[in-house]
Amino acid sequence: LLRHARSRNYVSESEVCKLESVPLDFGDYHPLKPITVTESKTKKMNRKGSTSSTSSSSSSSMMDPLSSVLDGTDPLSLFAAAADPVTTAAATDGTRRKRDKDESSAVGSDFEPWSSKRGEILARYTTTEKLSINLYMGSEKGKATTTGSAVSEKVRTRLEELDDLEEGSQKELLNLTQQDYMNRIEELNQSLKDAWSSDQKVKALKIVIQCSKLLSDTTVIQFYPSKFVLITDILDTFGKLVYERILSMCMDNRVSLPDNFSPESVNDTAKETCLNWFFKIASIRELIPRFYVEAAILKCNKFLSKTGISECLPRLTSMIRGIGDPLVAVYARAYLCRVGMEVAPQLKESLNKNFFDFLLTFKQIHGDTVQNQLVVQCVEIPLYLTLYSPAIDWILQCIAYHAPEVLLTEMMERCKKLGNNALLLNSVMSAFRAEFIAARSMDFIAMIKECDESGFPKHLLFRSLGLNLALADPPENDRLQILNEAWKVITKLKNPQDYINCAEVWVEYTCRHFTKREVNTVLADVIKHMTPDRAFEDAYPQLQSIIQKVITYIYDFALLFSVEKFLPFLDMFQKESVRVEVCKCIMESFIKHQQESTKDPVILNALLHICKTMHDSVNALTLEDEKRMLAALINGFIKMVSFGRDFEQQLSFYVEARSMFCNLEPVLVQLIHSVNQLAMETRKVMKGNHSRKTAAFVRACVAFCFITIPSLSSIFTRLNLYLHSGQVALANQCLSQADAFFKAAVSLVPDVPKMISVDGKMRPSDAFLLEFLCNFFSTLLVVPDHPEQGVLFLVRGLLNVIQDYTWEDNSDDKIRIYTNVLHLLSAMTQEAYIYHVDKVDSNDALYGGDSKFLAEINKLSETVVSQILDHLKTLGKEETLKRQSQLALYFFNTILAHGDLRNNRLNQLSVNLWNLAQKHGFADTKTMVKTLEHIKRRSKQPEMSHFTDLALRLPLQSRT
Amino acid sequence: MGTALDVRVKRAGKVYRDGEVLSGVVVITSKDTVQHQGISLTMEGSVNLQLSAKNVGVFEAFCNTAKPIQIINSTIEMVKPGKLPSGKTEIPFEFPLQMKGNKVLYETYHGVFVNIQYTLRCDMRRSLLAKDLTKTCEFIVHSMSQKGKLLPSPVDFTITPETLQNVKERASLPKFLIRGHLNSTNCVITQPLTGELVVESAEAAVKSIELQLVRVETCGCAEGYARDATEIQNIQIADGDVCRGLPIPIHMVFPRLFTCPTLETTNFKVEFEVNIVVLLHDDHLITENFPLKLCRM
Repeated sequence: LLRHARSRNYVSESEVCKLESVPLDFGDYHPLKPITVTESKTKKMNRKGSTSSTSSSSSSSMMDPLSSVLDGTDPLSLFAAAADPVTTAAATDGTRRKRDKDESSAVGSDFEPWSSKRGEILARYTTTEKLSINLYMGSEKGKATTTGSAVSEKVRTRLEELDDLEEGSQKELLNLTQQDYMNRIEELNQSLKDAWSSDQKVKALKIVIQCSKLLSDTTVIQFYPSKFVLITDILDTFGKLVYERILSMCMDNRVSLPDNFSPESVNDTAKETCLNWFFKIASIRELIPRFYVEAAILKCNKFLSKTGISECLPRLTSMIRGIGDPLVAVYARAYLCRVGMEVAPQLKESLNKNFFDFLLTFKQIHGDTVQNQLVVQCVEIPLYLTLYSPAIDWILQCIAYHAPEVLLTEMMERCKKLGNNALLLNSVMSAFRAEFIAARSMDFIAMIKECDESGFPKHLLFRSLGLNLALADPPENDRLQILNEAWKVITKLKNPQDYINCAEVWVEYTCRHFTKREVNTVLADVIKHMTPDRAFEDAYPQLQSIIQKVITYIYDFALLFSVEKFLPFLDMFQKESVRVEVCKCIMESFIKHQQESTKDPVILNALLHICKTMHDSVNALTLEDEKRMLAALINGFIKMVSFGRDFEQQLSFYVEARSMFCNLEPVLVQLIHSVNQLAMETRKVMKGNHSRKTAAFVRACVAFCFITIPSLSSIFTRLNLYLHSGQVALANQCLSQADAFFKAAVSLVPDVPKMISVDGKMRPSDAFLLEFLCNFFSTLLVVPDHPEQGVLFLVRGLLNVIQDYTWEDNSDDKIRIYTNVLHLLSAMTQEAYIYHVDKVDSNDALYGGDSKFLAEINKLSETVVSQILDHLKTLGKEETLKRQSQLALYFFNTILAHGDLRNNRLNQLSVNLWNLAQKHGFADTKTMVKTLEHIKRRSKQPEMSHFTDLALRLPLQSRT
Repeated sequence: MGTALDVRVKRAGKVYRDGEVLSGVVVITSKDTVQHQGISLTMEGSVNLQLSAKNVGVFEAFCNTAKPIQIINSTIEMVKPGKLPSGKTEIPFEFPLQMKGNKVLYETYHGVFVNIQYTLRCDMRRSLLAKDLTKTCEFIVHSMSQKGKLLPSPVDFTITPETLQNVKERASLPKFLIRGHLNSTNCVITQPLTGELVVESAEAAVKSIELQLVRVETCGCAEGYARDATEIQNIQIADGDVCRGLPIPIHMVFPRLFTCPTLETTNFKVEFEVNIVVLLHDDHLITENFPLKLCRM
């Protein structure tokens, strides 16, 4: 069977196939043109929120180089411009007013919720001392005294219930560790829920009363804030349960009440239940439980009357005056503020009242009772004072929320009157708006200085001030003085932990407002303080945060590395995991901010060092994800390095990088790509004509790739890189090197496993192999034969490998490849090939259409065709007929496209294939009809008249 | 369970006043039809007096319980003997709360020696083979609001070692000065008792300040009368060493059922008092007593 390839004139074919070119008209609609919204003047009057969207869209279009050409105004903004500015302004004004009104009745998202403080307090106020829980479940004797003879039945059963609980439930738990204590409280919380769900409301109330009683106990005082957090959680649970229960009683025909219901819509049963709760709570003997439990169900006042909450809050506020212990009282106030903010944030007066009452009782802290207690518990005054902070912070935060400036000023004046008390000052700084504090920084510094040394720790004051200054800017003129004043104090702190906590905060201020000189000084100071006794080991989180702050503000890396103390600072991270984290941060910032490629030796050295640290952290236990992330960071760096025209230097950088990052495969892959790119750059610079020197350089690049590729483990990465590097070598006229690459690729193919892992899942590899082989064959078209090897050495070699490869039993991949090889072989017989590599003579030029060469190709084709036909025969079984039909049609199309059908045998073969495809009814009629139409259309082209005959010989089988 | 009987009054709070109509339903639930000899409903109101052992002998206290004073008693026949269908049967009823002559409908009160209670009792009489069924339900009576305006009667007080009576060694007392006031000793029962208290100075630390609500019950009988004061409830208003000079609120809600408007009849009296109890750290107990007059507006 002889096969003749159709001779092709690629140039004229491509002319015919090209789409008609249409001149581009810029003014018209274009799908790629972004929708640009140009801000029109009237929009300026709108609220900030509405303009932000437009400005963002216009700024994004700035990034697009096409947009400058395709500029225009969208219809929406034109419309907006045309609208009457007055009405729009009025409308927005209206909505704003409405929004303001809403805000006053509900706390917005800008209010830091209690839940976020919770964890912080629990983490900060801990103890190693033993705690105790005292629960007297039956201590509500107040009611028990009424055991009369004729009490109503209901009351009697209640009292019996009380007695039941009294026995055996009286327990005292001593010697609990903090963890035990927390578990116990959690148990109580659970038993509260259980009691409630099993309808034991009295028991639930008892649990809550007993829990809140624990809050009057101030033994182990340093744990008190945490205790408060734990127990108020229970109270919150209780409050919610009661509220929801009463709310569910209001359900009318399964319709629950709207959120803002009025008391009139509450039915009598619900009201009665609610009243009962309040009466029951009012009879609780002890002050503290009575206060807490009533505060917990404050929200239930909504069921009884509109003004209930606003009457209750002031009463509860003044009730706290009865609490003698100032710490217990201030936390009670914090709880009331918390409940108040949640239930009725518009009632600001009682918040203020709470704070003023606290100020009135402030002198108690230094009173005898408190002092005696501290002596007994061996707690120092500074520590004791910090226990107040969470509560005061919270109260002030509630007050400061959306408060007018005047009020804040008044608060500050009141604090001042109490002799610049540090505790208050600190809370003012942490609760008030940062802008407010920043504008008065100098005043605050003066006040801090005047503070009593023995009281509240000063470093905490500076820390709080620093936190504010990180958020808001102080007046321009004061800035340096503020830093000097603050740092003067900070640098004198002796305890490294105190020092670093302060320094961490102030670094941000320094970076924000000053140059590298000041930053350098600060860093130097930190190093000086943290190095003795390896103090840095206990301060990694703070040091890490310092680095983060520095790189957020100084992201010009040339500048950053010129800060002399920056690298020495990094040396303090001696624990590897932390050091790698820091390195990652730095690299992330570099990749994010570095716009242009660099060759600055300082940057390169420093970053290479950093990358090396990251790379060296990789070991057998490193997670895949972690490796991927590190590799991506290093790759990002490698891509940003450019020595411009100094290619030698560039290559030696890559060589160095390879030796440094040999454990991360993605980095090696990147390096190979970079070197290939470098070779192509060289070629571009030389305009394709390499001098001796550049030729040698390019060969060096090729050699780099050749020796690097085998060290990779992924087989497809290797195959593709061989192919890619071979192409680069060919383009640079390194023929023997290219041959070597291709040979390596050919000899690697047999090793391709059946299954490969893709993204952690095992997948069959055939699709990848098929794709690679087609790509490979396309390249082989232009690879010239080696003078010492036989004709088409590489193609034959590859075909042999394919022949011997163990293919999946029921797949036609091999035949598909063979069919594709026919495309290649037909292309090889052409006088001029469809594409060439510049300055490389392919086989068309080498053999010049020599008949022996063509005969070789024909022989090869024959072998391939016979292989295909053999395979088609084996597919004759019932279950494989569909595949047979598809393959036959595929082969038919190949012949149609590439074969010379004037050859009779080929013509006959194609007719046979056509019939085979249709024989068993598996052919798609539509495809067949379209193919036939295509043949008919082709027959009208010049020199294609034989297609008319062919078309006549191809019958169409009807579906039936 | 067979048959269940229940009496439900219409108002959720079960509170009724003189002249109002007490209405509700008797609910009978049963799986089978119920054979009965008639269902009747009785409304009863009575004052129970008990003599305390303190004033008379134990034996007398036990036996000599004064006869209950009937305030109101009426019975209606709801259903004639017959059958009730299976399932749930609701029989509505109405009782007018009307006093005859110049008898007074006293307010519900649960005390130690005096109890004023109102009940509704439903009886279902049945044949000899089955037990009669009875269900009782208490309802609460509030007396009519008193006529005329309540005159507020504020009281100011100052407590110092010198003002105390009943002291053995005045010299050993720590020095203190407690000032305060009650907004009124004439109280509306639905409104809390309010006032303020200031610890101006105290040598010893304050441990606790409490409000003790006390009832004073007087029962008259043939041999004379018995007067007893007992605690109703004790409410702490200050816990720990409170801040000097800072007014602490006095606030106490009068408990329901256990208090009623101050009552004075020929046979018995119910009065109320409040004690302000200051407990100092060296266990000195200082008490100041204020009689109250409660009324319902």
